[in-house]
Amino acid sequence: MTAVGASAPPPIDAVPLRHPWRWAGAAVIIVLLGLFVYGAATNSAYGWSTYGEYLFNHRILLGVSNTLQLTAYAMALGVALGIVLSVMRLSPNPVLQSVAWAFLWVFRGTPVYVQLVFWGLIPTIYQNIQIGVPFGPSLFHLNLQSLSIPFLLAVIGLGLNEAAYMAEIIRAGITSVSEGQSEASTALGMSWGMTMRRTVLPQAMRVIIPPTGNELISMLKTTSLVTAVPYSYDLYSIASREIAARTFEPVPLLLVAATWYLIITSVLMVGQYYLEKYFSKGISRQLTNKQLDALAKAQTDAGHG
Amino acid sequence: MVRAEQVCKSFGALTVLKGVTLSVERGQVLVLVGPSGSGKSTFLRCINHLETVSAGRLYVDEQLVGYRESRDKLYEMSPREAAKQRRDIGMVFQHFNLFPHRTALDNITEAPVHVKGVKKSEALIRARELLGTVGLADKADAYPAQLSGGQQQRVAIARALAMDPKLMLFDEPTSALDPELVGEVLAVMKKLASGGMTMIVVTHEMGFAREVADELVFMDGGVIVESGPPREILANPQHDRTKAFLSKVM
Repeated sequence: MTAVGASAPPPIDAVPLRHPWRWAGAAVIIVLLGLFVYGAATNSAYGWSTYGEYLFNHRILLGVSNTLQLTAYAMALGVALGIVLSVMRLSPNPVLQSVAWAFLWVFRGTPVYVQLVFWGLIPTIYQNIQIGVPFGPSLFHLNLQSLSIPFLLAVIGLGLNEAAYMAEIIRAGITSVSEGQSEASTALGMSWGMTMRRTVLPQAMRVIIPPTGNELISMLKTTSLVTAVPYSYDLYSIASREIAARTFEPVPLLLVAATWYLIITSVLMVGQYYLEKYFSKGISRQLTNKQLDALAKAQTDAGHG
Repeated sequence: MVRAEQVCKSFGALTVLKGVTLSVERGQVLVLVGPSGSGKSTFLRCINHLETVSAGRLYVDEQLVGYRESRDKLYEMSPREAAKQRRDIGMVFQHFNLFPHRTALDNITEAPVHVKGVKKSEALIRARELLGTVGLADKADAYPAQLSGGQQQRVAIARALAMDPKLMLFDEPTSALDPELVGEVLAVMKKLASGGMTMIVVTHEMGFAREVADELVFMDGGVIVESGPPREILANPQHDRTKAFLSKVM
């Protein structure tokens, strides 16, 4: 090694690599896209005036609101129950393990549409709910058929189905955290619950969040199946069954529904980006700008000293 | 401080410890050496009940580890009681096992604040003090991934010390480190030993053993083959197995 300093070589100034085919490819795609947009704009079947008329229609906005509520409640139920099920599957207790396994077997093994139809039939199958002493007097009585509960049944149907998938996602996240982490926590005197809450789950979140984002987006769209219950005030039902059936213009109303689904999905994707960023703390070796500045300062200080 | 009487441990049909008897006094440093698979790490893990002893008795500070004894009958401890026992025993792992989602400082304050209920402000002062002791005062806000192996292991030692343990266990603390980083970790351990900490160290660093240990124990096949003052054993091993092992590692 020779002494540093005297005459440092000049910084490299090279001609950057050219990529002509990228430009050619982009041009072709832009032309094709332009053709499609022109065709769609001039084709009367798309019914753009109807589209504009109904995009902010109050029935449509009601559908958007109902769809968002269905998604939020069903997902909350799915995540909460999913956590319980995943912990049950990982617990050393064989009873809990088998119950969780059976739940997954049934709810993941049958189509969600079939499950929704079934939940819709619950008031027919179980017409009365009675709570009391078995074979003895009844203390509480509820007539299910007299209640109007399709929204609740839709949430339960979607939520229980989701729980089965969330359980597997959460279990994968938990098992992805190395055993050394829970060992170190245990050695520091943490209880099992605290180890889960403060050490394992925060690290598992990094693995859990991307697929959960997928599940949430997928749930948003699966709500269009609640017509099986039958619940008919979600975005898709209102657009296609209520309005399009009356105006005989299905295409513009499908586009209205698609636009709203796309808008909500886009908002969710932005939220997911920030959540992922938050939970990837400490994963990268890359230094923050603040840390780099501190190191550079230390280097120059040492150089002058 | 630690008293093991005929400690045995088996995993299913595999017996890893076949009756280990030893004792460590307060302020003593005991170094465990031996080939891999000899049971030294398992023995260490038994001391803070990360593994359950299958036969024999193990006492830390005159308290039976993992069981309560009354009228000649043993009762399994609840997880809560076992956790309480572990609080006073610090452990340092081969692969550091720092919490990657927390900064060096937060790694150290985690257990005092959430397990012992120390005030956050007090824990922070103590944590900075400990980082200074291990020579990393300037790394308080770094995440483990941004630290070298030697630095991570020093943070891990500080994390264990933050619980004010009466006993420190080291499970091959330098085995995963680059040779040039081993020295900085051993220096911290020497400082600890000279400060009067009771330590049990599983290591292959014979220089450390000679310099710091009060007693050297050589294990093989789940039993103690030979033990005594390190200088005597290293200079003049009595058993053939000890001789063969030492000729390979020295």
